[in-house]
Amino acid sequence: MSSSAIGPHDLAGTLTDSINTKERKLDLWEKRIDAIYKLLSDDKRSHINIHEFRYAIESLGAEAYTNHNYYERWTLALRNLLIDKNILSELEITQKVQEIEDR
Amino acid sequence: MNARPKFNKGDRVIVRMLSPQPHTRTPAYLHGKPGVIERFCGAFENPEERAIGKSGFPLILLYRVRFFGSVLFSINKTCEADIVEVEIYEHWLQGDNSYAKT
Repeated sequence: MSSSAIGPHDLAGTLTDSINTKERKLDLWEKRIDAIYKLLSDDKRSHINIHEFRYAIESLGAEAYTNHNYYERWTLALRNLLIDKNILSELEITQKVQEIEDR
Repeated sequence: MNARPKFNKGDRVIVRMLSPQPHTRTPAYLHGKPGVIERFCGAFENPEERAIGKSGFPLILLYRVRFFGSVLFSINKTCEADIVEVEIYEHWLQGDNSYAKT
């Protein structure tokens, strides 16, 4: 990150190791997260707009941002937005995760 | 009703160094850099306001701005011949008068 960078996402122009540009197939969960974002942001529902979604991703914090891959960031940002907007509660998410882990 | 575009294709501009916004589409590596208007892209809801729960109106004007690698990247000679085009909103741009003097 350059000294004037806006956040951990603002990487352009900084030196890095070579970037792996090899395409890979997306995992099913990644496609699902993509679909969930699209459903939440479509004209019919409009729960989330692209600008607040980008802002939520940029606001994860440097550590969370750098330690998670693309769709992991999407997942965390969606979770934060859904809680902020009172669409889901933290408790509901925790309970659902527990339920799935117990299966 | 939208304002008329302040800049035309070919105009020389400098990216302004505005105080930090919660969210912006203008990356830091362009702050203070000179570029050339490549095209006018239209009027859009203000993403800096839409990101923080505001309406995004009135619409703001967007341009595609061309930057030369030689002014952006001093660290790598291979980048100097590259051209970078970035879409930037009008309030981030100011006219570059430094060329008028020469």
